Amino acid sequence: MQTFAHDIVIVGGGGAGLRAAIAAAETSDALSIAVVSKVYPMRSHTVSAEGGAAAAMGPDDSFDLHAFDTIRGSDFLADQEAVEAFVADCPSEIIQLEHWGCPWNREPDGRIAVRTFGGMSVNRTVFAADKTGFHMLHTLFQTSLKYESIVRYDEFFVTKLLVEDGRCAGVAAIDLRDSEVRCITAKAVILCTGGAGRIFSFTTNGAIKTGDGMALAYRAGVPLKDMEFVQYHPTGLPGTGILMTEASRGEGGYLTNREGKRFLEEYIPSKMELGPRDILSRAIMQEIEKGRAFDGPYGQYVHLDVSHLGEKLIDEKLPFVRELARNFVGIDPVHEPIPVRPVVHYMMGGIDTDLAGRTRLPGLYAAGEAACVSMNGANRLGSNSLSECLVFGARSGRQAAEDALGASQTDERPVEKLAQAEQARLVATYLEKERGRERISAIRRELQAAMERGAGVFRTEESLKQAVEEVRELRERYRDVSLDDRDRAFNTELVAALELENMLDVAETVVRSGLERLESRGSHTRRDHPDRDDERFLKHSLAFTTPEGPRIEYGDVSITRWPPAERKY
Amino acid sequence: MSEETIAMKVARYRPEHAAEPYVDEYRVPYREDMVVLDALNQIKDEIDGSLAYRWSCRMGVCGSCGMMVNGKPRLTCSTFLREFYPKPVVVEPLRHFPVIRDLVVDMTDFMEKLKEVKPWIIRKGEKPVEEGEYLQTPEEVDAYKQFSMCINCMLCYSACPVYGRDPEFLGPAVIALGRRYNLDSRDQGQAERREVLGVDWGIWDCTFVGECTVVCPKDVDPSAAIQREKVATTTEAMLSVMLPFKGRT
Repeated sequence: MQTFAHDIVIVGGGGAGLRAAIAAAETSDALSIAVVSKVYPMRSHTVSAEGGAAAAMGPDDSFDLHAFDTIRGSDFLADQEAVEAFVADCPSEIIQLEHWGCPWNREPDGRIAVRTFGGMSVNRTVFAADKTGFHMLHTLFQTSLKYESIVRYDEFFVTKLLVEDGRCAGVAAIDLRDSEVRCITAKAVILCTGGAGRIFSFTTNGAIKTGDGMALAYRAGVPLKDMEFVQYHPTGLPGTGILMTEASRGEGGYLTNREGKRFLEEYIPSKMELGPRDILSRAIMQEIEKGRAFDGPYGQYVHLDVSHLGEKLIDEKLPFVRELARNFVGIDPVHEPIPVRPVVHYMMGGIDTDLAGRTRLPGLYAAGEAACVSMNGANRLGSNSLSECLVFGARSGRQAAEDALGASQTDERPVEKLAQAEQARLVATYLEKERGRERISAIRRELQAAMERGAGVFRTEESLKQAVEEVRELRERYRDVSLDDRDRAFNTELVAALELENMLDVAETVVRSGLERLESRGSHTRRDHPDRDDERFLKHSLAFTTPEGPRIEYGDVSITRWPPAERKY
Repeated sequence: MSEETIAMKVARYRPEHAAEPYVDEYRVPYREDMVVLDALNQIKDEIDGSLAYRWSCRMGVCGSCGMMVNGKPRLTCSTFLREFYPKPVVVEPLRHFPVIRDLVVDMTDFMEKLKEVKPWIIRKGEKPVEEGEYLQTPEEVDAYKQFSMCINCMLCYSACPVYGRDPEFLGPAVIALGRRYNLDSRDQGQAERREVLGVDWGIWDCTFVGECTVVCPKDVDPSAAIQREKVATTTEAMLSVMLPFKGRT
């Protein structure tokens, strides 16, 4: 078996992973840093983020305003210490990215411009047209190329964390070229693998968002925090789920129903289209239930209308929305409204970490959507997640670098043994297994359907219980899964099987945590428990793995200066 | 209800089974709103799990799913079957690259060239972050913005006859990226990049066929980038002869 030794291994090459890699490289030239990713970094899903990145930089903005908006948006479940750390670092991260060449939109005098976004009380969202994630990712990737100490393992799929003597000492990763496991050792491993939107059938997320890092950490005994909180973005294209950015409302777009009415007047008149995502998604679902939506081949929908903004503004600030609507639904938003419906977009929950990205497993860190610090609580505000990738990517990279500099060289042999065992497991379970009866695509499709039915915008005890059972059954059936493809060269079916295993683990924590949270808070709306219950549930859920499925414990929420209050807009 | 179907002729290459590529034909259900990638996913999910290809975002921005579709380099997530229906759709790996497996090409050469052009801001000294941003007017952003839109899908390399003939050629996307940084008002690395761009296998290899610009799904216009870089390089060379101190005394 080939073994590669590094000081730091970063799993995932998106916004958080690349920011972590650069932060570690800048901490010390002496460190050898590996970025291990199942796709080339510029394919990472950060690329699809559209609207912008939040930072209190505008003339009428302040630290306190950004912090309070974030905490109120989170329905008071965010850790206020984490929010404060986040808000404090956002402006310098945005400027750092500017120094690295990010093409931020500018004011006429050359300063970085900010735009309006949902749930933010002032203009706070820095943007690069409506391809912000794309530009951030490519800027980070291109900048990362200048550091000789950053070594990339492109198209390597990590299948296991190698834990030796109570420390995470590396990863086992398949090289897709030959499906052989490589042992990559490190003093610190940072998981930056993004979210898991693909556990649902209707999602903005790309195919690669299968919760890999969450599942790796979970199986290594690290809890997944607040997994019941799944963000539905109000405006996805029916059918494909392609995102129509919140910036289209930030720039002045309307949501209208079949009666041509801006229906948000009935739900959140003070904010209208600039309300937070959880409230808007619920409002659209209620319009659908009231029969005031449009019927289409891919379910009911409402209209997102930007036509009154004019072609010039649309081309300048929302060109991607126009491009996507034209290409994928044949609609030109300059002249016609766009059909939209709520769509799974983001996981507020993730790997439980502290403010420096550390998990409770020594040597293991996490950042970005894969992690839950928690600064998003029960509902994330739009444009906070790109900044989160930068802020907590950098913080975890620096922390891992400092810890790695102080760590002693570990003995590679026992770690290699673990990787060898992993290689044997993969061969026996997948590549040389006798034919099984189950198809990967069938289990995946049923899982996604079960999640949509059971853990959607509105949930009940019954719906969640059923989903828990269905996921359990699918896990059983997964044991009998069989691959058509037994080749070693670029076996994408093997990767799909391993991704599905991760999805099943993550999905189970979502429905189990949801079943046990007997209240409605942020994105988690229980019809049978419609109110928020601070007395019992102003707590983070923590899902631990056990042979019988997830065990849920609860942890405290950090409150610094903003006592929990009714969430009013 | 009879279901409409479409024939997909897909190039296969499985070096562990056959030394040469071959073609598999599949029939998949056809709907007017299906893209080529949907048909490939249908095949993989329902008919033959061994078909290998790359994809992710399915919204034309991650750059993974470029393939030859009926002879032209295209993003399969953004190419609708209705363009060809009822005729069969032929899907092959991107031309001019070595094939690893089925529709998956080897990107190593492209990735190495990308790095060669030094696609990062080069400055003699960087001011500390605490001192704030470098001012850049909207007009200064517009000067390079178009060339910053490249998604690295490599369709232009498949379309480029020069790259097909001379694999040393830096190629359209990489030159456009070099031009992107050269045009950025924050950058001072033009001279360093000229050492990479100004060689025979850099901008001078291009014979201005312009196919790169035609196939680019993001309107980057690499061909214009190359021609303007040639002009910029020539002008600078002439100025250095005529005005060795660039007008300074």
